Amino acid sequence: MGQIVFVGLGLHDDLGISLRGLEETRTAKRVFIELYTSLLPDFSKKHLERAAGKEFREVSRKELEEENGKVVLDAAKDGKVVLLVPGDPLIATTHVALRIEAEKHGIRTHIVHGSSVLSAVMGLSGLHNYKFGKSVTIPFPDETPSQTPYEVLVQNRKLGLHTLCLLDIKAEQKRYLSVHEALSSLLEIEKNRKMRKVMPETLVVGISRAGSNNPMVKAGYVRDLINYDFGEPPHSIVFPGKLHFMEAEALIVLAGAPERIRRMVK
Amino acid sequence: MVRYRQCEEIQKLMNYPEIIRNTSIIAHVDHGKTTLSDSLLAAAGIISEQRAGQQLVLDSWELEQKRQMTVFASNISLTHTFQGKEYLINLIDTPGHIDFSGAVTRSLRAVDGALVVVDAVEGPMTQTETVLMQALRERVQPILFINKVDRLIKEIKLTPEEIQRKFAKIITRVNGLIEKYAPAEHKKDWQVKVEDGSVAFGSALHKWGFNLPHMKAKGVTFKEIIDAYAGEHDEIDRKVDALSKKAPVQEPILDMFVEHLPNPLQAQPYRQSQIWPGDANSPVGKGMAKVEPDGPLLMCVSTIEVDPHSGLVAIGRVFSGTVEKGKVVQLMTSRQKGTIQQVYMSMAADRVIVDRVPAGNIAALSGLPSIHVGETVAEEGSDTRSFEGLKYVSDPVVTVAVEPADVKDLPLFDKVMHKLTTEDPNLHFLINKESGEYLLSGMGELHLEITAYRMQEAGLKVKISKPIVIYRETISHDYKGPATMGKSPNKHNKLWVTMEKLPEDIIEALRSGKISENQTRDDRAKTMKGFGWETDDAKNVVAIEGNNILVNRIKGRQYVEEIMDHVKSGFREAVFTSILAKEPAYGLKINLEDVTVHEDPVHRGPAQILPMTWRPIWCAFLLSDPKLLEPLISFECKVPNEFVSNVIAIVQKRRGKILDMVNEEDMIIVKAEMPVSESFGLADELRSSTQGRAFWATQFSRWAPVPEQMQAEIIKQIRERRGLSELPPRAQEFFEEA
Ligand SMILES: Nc1nc2c(ncn2[C@@H]2O[C@H](COP(=O)(O)OP(=O)(O)OP(=O)(O)O)[C@@H](O)[C@H]2O)c(=O)[nH]1
Ligand SMILES: [Mg+2]
Repeated sequence: MGQIVFVGLGLHDDLGISLRGLEETRTAKRVFIELYTSLLPDFSKKHLERAAGKEFREVSRKELEEENGKVVLDAAKDGKVVLLVPGDPLIATTHVALRIEAEKHGIRTHIVHGSSVLSAVMGLSGLHNYKFGKSVTIPFPDETPSQTPYEVLVQNRKLGLHTLCLLDIKAEQKRYLSVHEALSSLLEIEKNRKMRKVMPETLVVGISRAGSNNPMVKAGYVRDLINYDFGEPPHSIVFPGKLHFMEAEALIVLAGAPERIRRMVK
Repeated sequence: MVRYRQCEEIQKLMNYPEIIRNTSIIAHVDHGKTTLSDSLLAAAGIISEQRAGQQLVLDSWELEQKRQMTVFASNISLTHTFQGKEYLINLIDTPGHIDFSGAVTRSLRAVDGALVVVDAVEGPMTQTETVLMQALRERVQPILFINKVDRLIKEIKLTPEEIQRKFAKIITRVNGLIEKYAPAEHKKDWQVKVEDGSVAFGSALHKWGFNLPHMKAKGVTFKEIIDAYAGEHDEIDRKVDALSKKAPVQEPILDMFVEHLPNPLQAQPYRQSQIWPGDANSPVGKGMAKVEPDGPLLMCVSTIEVDPHSGLVAIGRVFSGTVEKGKVVQLMTSRQKGTIQQVYMSMAADRVIVDRVPAGNIAALSGLPSIHVGETVAEEGSDTRSFEGLKYVSDPVVTVAVEPADVKDLPLFDKVMHKLTTEDPNLHFLINKESGEYLLSGMGELHLEITAYRMQEAGLKVKISKPIVIYRETISHDYKGPATMGKSPNKHNKLWVTMEKLPEDIIEALRSGKISENQTRDDRAKTMKGFGWETDDAKNVVAIEGNNILVNRIKGRQYVEEIMDHVKSGFREAVFTSILAKEPAYGLKINLEDVTVHEDPVHRGPAQILPMTWRPIWCAFLLSDPKLLEPLISFECKVPNEFVSNVIAIVQKRRGKILDMVNEEDMIIVKAEMPVSESFGLADELRSSTQGRAFWATQFSRWAPVPEQMQAEIIKQIRERRGLSELPPRAQEFFEEA
């Protein structure tokens, strides 16, 4: 009977896959890899192929979405197929559609988790995972920029919760939204909404290359971070809500936040 | 080279609206508009008297001269003294061929009066009716000139009585048309009459003409006129020349302009409500009614020319305010601002730089960004409305595939196509993404032939296919099932739609611009309710593409606003290239019934929302007995009795239908309808089978379903040409399980 194993690749390079994930890949009949949902800065497909002892077939967004993952499903009819996915395979992706489709066709599915940007950001910033509200992606601004990130921020703030904002990537075009662009677009929305949620003096945490061996974490005010050089992508930001004293401490020690933020502790 | 020594004088006269007449010459093709214009120009000293009638100044383009046919409308200003007073006449010569009728539509917006020229031998023809209808629809008052009277005398040898009877018939027919198309309040007072001098007759070619007052004043009789054409060749020349000296054709015509056509002060108040939907009591409304040079600026652009030096030059009527160099203006439909860089007046092919052009005149200006025909140029910061859209009488129905003969010319090709389509809004150019074809659509074979010539002229060699007919796709009935649902490719967003067939009156209102995206939401809601729509639907029209309408019925769902732009784009794409053969859809009302949207913005971007929109639209479309529509042309042919059967045979061979046959003296008028696809080469066949004795004209009539038994084959041919699979998709392919 067929099966699909969704294997997470972690956040950075070809060493982010778990041993279990590698074992599944070695023993799979065919291996597909998807690299459009996130950026793995130092990933080498060749290295991982050598470690797995086989070649991977890269699948496009078109194949997985518009064509309903037909290539993968067909291959999985009579044997084990692995689909390698950046990060944790079902976090911040829509691959659950493929899982459901597979199960409906009698193909079993398994997940080998990888590390996710969600946990990486919490770990790097020292903010407590219990206190995060809804997360949201800030898309590349087009003619009518999405109001959703701002609205999510408003909702989370009301409850005193932190807001994780992932920044859009267009892997096919090698475009990655930066902290600078994200904050600029939020300030633009603030101009219309005027709810004083994203102001020059609002505290924010910028994180780049989470999960790599040279991640950067910097906490500060919007007016300072908007011009801070976060280096290579990918970038993310967090708008802290109410701070626990340990969180404030962590932001000061680990992320260079100004001393004054202690006053925000309730 | 013509010299315009009058320019300074004209600039002075521009400031006095009561002495201005904005006029246009309109007629069926070849009835003599341009020949007549020449005489008017000669009278004004712009060209020499001898060359008038042959120079065709207003056909300034080389090809127009070669073909003796007007393609572009052409403006010129001249002065005329009437009863001791100076008048300024702004004159626009228009083309007569139906393929260039767009230029007539555009010109009529700029004028208040029109001289209708009718060939005395042919009488009023199809295009006479069309141009007169266009004029009256814009509330442009007509007067009449019966031309080519020399032919009645020389060739047909009519007696004075017969000539008068012939005139009476023409006048009655023209008045019948005025009665039919004039606004209710002008059906009577716009009738043309011999007695009051609003009708003139003569020969534009031989440069003589009369109206009744002139005839009386000069004591000339019909017999005298007829006598001028008796005798030997030299004698005739001498006598006709004397006649033209005694009664120059321009005299009655220019007098008629002054006496019988309204000045802007008279015309603008009653034209206002017809061509502009704004508030008559607003500052702009008042400026327009009073032709106020100091009022807020309001100008309607009727022509665009691409000038190698000044860029886009926009020509149009100034209804209120004054156009001046350096003035900052707003463009109402494109919602842009710009600064007028230069102001001109047009003198045929030339432009003369002037400082300012006040209300009541026709101005040309440069410097405004991406301006288009029909645009409203208004005072910066003034709260006003756009002019009503221009209502063209015909759709571009003939298409050819074009490509540069040398791929290296692609940049030039882009540039030339951009210039041509900007200047000529009836020329549609589009790139078919799948097949990589460049498709150029025009009003007819001639229009495209002329366009091809213009490309050549620009130094571009192109390959052009045989004409391709453009079809439309529609449904036979409202979609009957439960709402069709479409999922985004990532399966995380869903949209439900239903579909209805729009009735013909709404389709016509969409075509004529009475319902449009430029209306405010309230105005449009009012219009839609007038067509019997429920308030909810009427208020929630969110997009219009071609003659298809998108209605948003979704209530109380989150994030709808965030995806609506993409849904609209998806709707536009789905109806612009429909699913049977990728031809445009026709007359669909698409209702968005419900939607579920993913929480996160990146999972509901255009790549997700566009397909989610196409699919349920196409599914509902395919489930409602889709039909292919083909364009029909109406065909009117005046032919001597003995050739009628030949004409009928030609019509029938071309899948045509005879609608009517009327006797007119020894001629018969055959009225018929036939598919555009069968009309190619009609001209040659008619000519050869009637020994050139048929007068005829065609024009776009309507869209009609192709015969049932031909539909599948035609679809197959179109799909083949576009590089698509032979058969259109089936509804199942777009059907989604809940
Ligand atoms: N016999 C005779 N021929 C005329 C007269 N007026 C014009 N023509 C001829 O009719 C033909 C068409 O004249 P144009 O002035 O080009 O006609 P038009 O109405 O401007 O034509 P389009 O602009 O193409 O619609 C030319 O060959 C003229 O010489 C006239 O009074 N008598
Ligand atoms: Mg002409």
